[in-house]
Amino acid sequence: MEQSVEKLLRTKHLAHIWCPGCGNGTVLAATVRAIEHLGLDQDKTVIVSGIGCSSRASGYMNFDTLHTAHGRALTFATGIKLARPELTVIVLTGDGDATAIGGNHFIHAARRNIDLTTIVFNNGIYGMTGGQYSPLTPTGSYASTAPYGHIERPFDIAKLAIAAGATYVARGSAYHTKMLADVIIKGIEHTGFSVIDAVTQCPTSFGRKNKMGAPAAMLEWQRDNAVTVEAAAKLTPEQLAGKFIIGELHRSEAPEYVAEYDKVIARAQKGAKK
Amino acid sequence: MALEIKKEWCKGCGICVHFCPKKVLVLDELGKIFTRDIDKCVECGLCELRCPDFCFTLRKGKGEKVS
Repeated sequence: MEQSVEKLLRTKHLAHIWCPGCGNGTVLAATVRAIEHLGLDQDKTVIVSGIGCSSRASGYMNFDTLHTAHGRALTFATGIKLARPELTVIVLTGDGDATAIGGNHFIHAARRNIDLTTIVFNNGIYGMTGGQYSPLTPTGSYASTAPYGHIERPFDIAKLAIAAGATYVARGSAYHTKMLADVIIKGIEHTGFSVIDAVTQCPTSFGRKNKMGAPAAMLEWQRDNAVTVEAAAKLTPEQLAGKFIIGELHRSEAPEYVAEYDKVIARAQKGAKK
Repeated sequence: MALEIKKEWCKGCGICVHFCPKKVLVLDELGKIFTRDIDKCVECGLCELRCPDFCFTLRKGKGEKVS
């Protein structure tokens, strides 16, 4: 790893716990590269994670880190940001953690437009607990709880975040790791709720059940099925079936929650003086 | 540039072996990474970029260093 990355990881805890070929390490590396690029102060950056394979990432990062309850990373992060608005707060979560157990916290953090950056490690499965399907498992794929094929339709986490009010939404993948770091940088720079959907591979629980081959083959699947925003604009919905769109998907401006809350405090203090 | 390999962190997933354009990297009988012919390395950095286990570092210097 680059020397700069070495500084930002707790290398004494490596090798990490993830399976051989798991894309979480790649997403972690992209996150750390983004932080390095921005030159964020290690003492002024807080990493918050929930529960799941992905959420183990916080333990490897040499920052002030918080490994919280299942689905509740965003609530802890909201508390930190409200108490200490000057800190940069980055949330690491998985697809199940963010959209099932923490689904409500996810949409309401987006609705409030609080200045957090959420990186969703999206492997479409609950890896740690034995490969149960998650709300992002694609229809028709196999999981330990869908042995005859999955009949539910998955969330499109980007559309969900946009509809709920997030003001920066982007998608990258473990294969497109430089682009992933790039959108993470933009997400951290953006003031407001930023969501980065990081498509990653789970060779153990998802790959084996769905006969996707070795980890390298799963990375090639990402390479072959990702379409950039620019290219997608020229394609028909039929041509885009089964593909996923990467790049910056949404950016807008809206009042940010902590700034609005400060105004309430100012108003309340003014009222108290009368 | 020298390629530094942290062999103790390698899990043998084969991602670097697959993406190495010069086929310099191979897995040994224990399933861990080693370089077959470091002189062929073109220092593209793909192994460093793609390894999910942080095993590779390209540093100033020549050859390879395995730890």
